[in-house]
Amino acid sequence: MTDIQHHISDDILDDYRRGTLPHAFSVVVAAHLSLCDECRARHETRDMIGGALLVGAEAAALSTGARARMMAALDTPAPAPAPRGSGVFPAPVMAELRGRPPRWRMLGGGIRQQILSADRSGSLRLLYIPPGRAVPEHGHRGLELTLVLQGSFADSEGAFHRGDVETAHDEIDHQPVAGPGAPCICLAATDAPLRFHAMLPSLLQPIFRI
Amino acid sequence: MTNPVTKEISALSRDLIAVRDRRDREAFGRLFDHFAPRLKAMLLRGGLRDGSAEDVVQDVMLAVWHKAAQFDPHRADAAGWIYAIARNRRIDLARRKPLSQPEEMPDLPSLEPDAGQVLSLQQEARELAAALSRLAPEQADALRAAYFDDLPQSRISEMTGLPLGTIKSRIRLGLDRLRHELRSIAP
Ligand SMILES: [Zn+2]
Repeated sequence: MTDIQHHISDDILDDYRRGTLPHAFSVVVAAHLSLCDECRARHETRDMIGGALLVGAEAAALSTGARARMMAALDTPAPAPAPRGSGVFPAPVMAELRGRPPRWRMLGGGIRQQILSADRSGSLRLLYIPPGRAVPEHGHRGLELTLVLQGSFADSEGAFHRGDVETAHDEIDHQPVAGPGAPCICLAATDAPLRFHAMLPSLLQPIFRI
Repeated sequence: MTNPVTKEISALSRDLIAVRDRRDREAFGRLFDHFAPRLKAMLLRGGLRDGSAEDVVQDVMLAVWHKAAQFDPHRADAAGWIYAIARNRRIDLARRKPLSQPEEMPDLPSLEPDAGQVLSLQQEARELAAALSRLAPEQADALRAAYFDDLPQSRISEMTGLPLGTIKSRIRLGLDRLRHELRSIAP
């Protein structure tokens, strides 16, 4: 992955590292870090800084027996490894899918989605958009991160290919159109329900959870 | 490079490689002796009580033992790698869902070790520690608060009484300075 053009901002990366980013966005960040060497290096550099500070940090005495307890614990079995990536889905997305392929729901116009998680802190979904098809115009309340996993889309902010993340803040109205070639599959996180202008009456939005 | 801290980093990475490749308990014991008291102090600073801080230290160091196969000296030094495990463990204590993690890099046995890259990464970690010690104190403090204590910038601003913009620019300047000194690093 050398030609990723759209990355995660410092602020979002720092919130992710601190654990304060809502779950839906954390998965997008982890998925981008799985695909983007540049952001992975920024992330690991920050850990290297933390490590250098740890080596030079003050120490606190351990209770007696702590070391013996530690050495005795080494024979406990290791926990099961995390799920691996599969196909276009990197490991953190496979973890959300619980290791299974997506189960798409049709939204009309050939567009499909699977909601991976939804709660008050935000929602996370996979979207499948056939080539040349527009995702109905929508506005946001809050933050939206969209990571391309397959194919591409383009909107007023530019063109987005596999690994690229679009970061959209309040009140950006854009109309993503899937590029030619493979259907566009993307991972989208929002901290508010999307307001679709055209596709569905807003009364139905809670029902379809889009 | 005679700074005792910088010399230690290489020895720690060697010990972690011995744990990874030979399940070397003596080497693990040395890692424990070095990191456990520092991790405990870090967790106490973060607000954990003595007993739970030690429990978390045990969790972190047990994860070091179990995950050692994933340690890749091409990408990380021991201190940064162990720090990352501790950072994640501390976060998961406070979250409902564990923090989503990036994909592990490919299994090591499938890769030819590249001695040059390993050496330059470890060298870079040493230079980073040295460069940190040369930073202006206010930049070093800001980086410590942001990337060691993992405090949000708003909290650092509250604690120091300095405006948020000042905190942001100190962190930025600190990272820029490190980047300037370490060409290959990408903060
Ligand atoms: Zn990136």
